[in-house]
Amino acid sequence: MREITYRQALNEALAEELERDPNVFLMGEEVAEYHGAYKVSQGLLERFGPRRIIDTPISENGFAGLGVGAAMVGLRPIIEFMTFSFSLVAFDQVVNNAPNMFTMSGGQFNIPITFRGPNGPAHQLGATHSHATENFYASVPGLKVCTPATPRDAKGLLKTAVRDNNPVLVLEAELLYSSKGMVEPPDEELLIPLGKAEVKREGSDVSVICYAQTVPLALKVAAQLEEEDISAEIVDLRSIKPLDEKAIFDSVAKTHRVVIVEQDHPFCGVGAEVCYRIQRNIFDEIDAPILRVSQEDVPMPYNERLEKAVLPNADKLLAAVKQVCYA
Amino acid sequence: MTAMQPGEQRDEVEMLSLMLLIRRFEERASQQYQAQKVGGFCHLYIGQEAVVAGAVAAVRDDDYIITAYRDHAHALARGTSANACMAELFGKETGCSRGLGGSMHFFNRQNHMYGGHAIVGAHVPLAVGLAFAIKYRDEDRVTLCFFGDGAINQGSFHEALNLAALYKLPIVFICENNLFAMGTSVKRSTSLKQIVDRAEGYDIPGEIVDGMNFREVRDKVAEIVDSIRKESHPAFVEVRTYRYRGHSMSDPASYRTKLELEKYRLDDPITRLRAQLTREGKLTNEQFDLLDKRSKEMVLASVKFAEASPQPPIEKLHDFTYADGAKP
Ligand SMILES: Cc1ncc(C[n+]2csc(CCOP(=O)(O)OP(=O)(O)O)c2C)c(N)n1
Ligand SMILES: [Mg+2]
Repeated sequence: MREITYRQALNEALAEELERDPNVFLMGEEVAEYHGAYKVSQGLLERFGPRRIIDTPISENGFAGLGVGAAMVGLRPIIEFMTFSFSLVAFDQVVNNAPNMFTMSGGQFNIPITFRGPNGPAHQLGATHSHATENFYASVPGLKVCTPATPRDAKGLLKTAVRDNNPVLVLEAELLYSSKGMVEPPDEELLIPLGKAEVKREGSDVSVICYAQTVPLALKVAAQLEEEDISAEIVDLRSIKPLDEKAIFDSVAKTHRVVIVEQDHPFCGVGAEVCYRIQRNIFDEIDAPILRVSQEDVPMPYNERLEKAVLPNADKLLAAVKQVCYA
Repeated sequence: MTAMQPGEQRDEVEMLSLMLLIRRFEERASQQYQAQKVGGFCHLYIGQEAVVAGAVAAVRDDDYIITAYRDHAHALARGTSANACMAELFGKETGCSRGLGGSMHFFNRQNHMYGGHAIVGAHVPLAVGLAFAIKYRDEDRVTLCFFGDGAINQGSFHEALNLAALYKLPIVFICENNLFAMGTSVKRSTSLKQIVDRAEGYDIPGEIVDGMNFREVRDKVAEIVDSIRKESHPAFVEVRTYRYRGHSMSDPASYRTKLELEKYRLDDPITRLRAQLTREGKLTNEQFDLLDKRSKEMVLASVKFAEASPQPPIEKLHDFTYADGAKP
């Protein structure tokens, strides 16, 4: 194992999959000559050439659709959205074409495509540039959605996504690109299955269910809680869809108390689905009402203080945990 | 700026003063960004001043304007105070969007500046909607829609042009061609020899204008607007210009050469208009220095104003999600 950044981990995943399969190509705005707006594709143009690392004009609907078409005839496109806020311009391709094709064609056409890029609020980018899209996309049958929080998960999930025979969205965490973590050496194949959560920290009093940018937040809060003698188990979903029910239920059966901390909006958010499944399946295991910490139900304000008030934070999570623990 | 009568021209010295204000504002914005008083993305207009100044000089105050995210200049050109603009960058309640919009989302309803829009291409259909409403109400206004060279490859742009042509709407599409969309040059993004040819595909009359020349921009837009007011129709202008700075504050712009930048700097729009006015005896060096001094002071004062202004109150967080204060 060695320590690399989340950005490097994604870069390695791309390079390894491009190397392995000549049908894989990377396309998006500024991915080639500029090396990606967030430098995730650093060095790939030099290594794989302009046939496979392709800059596009600002035409998200066009190049996302191009990807779906290319996938119909057996290529395995990796389509980068500069951010998932811009994927909304391509919503029709991602939501209507990519996931419906297999059903509509009676199973003749599967779409092995990866849509990837940063997702979720960053710093003060305002309403149009701060979308957390995981709940929109996870609600669509036929799409898979993963949300890596660590360099290791980023690498392993992206590689798995590229090999999957269905459309997969890899929602990267914009604020975590420079974060570091331990990852297997490059000569060791690292594949992390979709639909497998990971307990990032064991605990016995409360399950904190999180993903993407809320994972480091939950870990920080868990350390604080320890000082107050509350032992929090941190369950990182890693994939939103498929959802790892078993990992969730196992943790809840152990702690009997649950807080879900998510980066999307509360109404029809990821936490609502998780919450439903827990009460539906293991109602007898819960000792307190499940709480959710999410964004406030407002378009993102630019002002820094208001933005902080909108986002999940340590204080909100601490308060929620104490409430479910009656502490 | 005062309301114009038909055939009247805006005072050129006043417009030069606007261009100076824009430049000094942007320089100060850049400095405040580096001092971390401004957050998010911040895109500067330095080098392109003659485009918005020329276009706005050619229309009335009650005509509509709308643009993309490089929008500080458009707000200033529409009489938004430097105070309200700087306060918006600082995220303050006194900002032109109450501190909720930020650099990319400047609005001024009273002065018919319909934004500041940060999704590339997304505001072009909005502009067509503004023009539709003009025709619907049988008014003689026009809409000026500004956008970058990068926007012309979005589907929304194409759909909007077709709609405008089909319904013969009173709109001028103004493409601010500064040769780059982030690090992508027009040559690498667009399958045309020249951008203006996009208009031809929709049977919309198009022109190319030198965007470093205030008078050329103003006169061309004035001529087009005149024609539109007589009989409603869309028009397209490709304005050739250049941004001196990187795409945004975080872009070192290493995709272009110093030489290229220097070439354009020699053709600076402010220097050019100043020279024209001086040559014609309409402006002395002392007068120019005074104008510049005044814009610097105004901008400096705007920083003080922004610093001293209150934050938008947290209690009002939910007040601007639905009109009429509705809560779901
Ligand atoms: C739909 C969408 N895709 C991508 C972006 C990211 N982006 C912001 S500005 C920009 C370049 C636009 O260039 P241009 O239209 O030429 O305007 P300029 O910056 O030169 O004023 C890009 C790619 C965005 N804001 N919206
Ligand atoms: Mg441009």
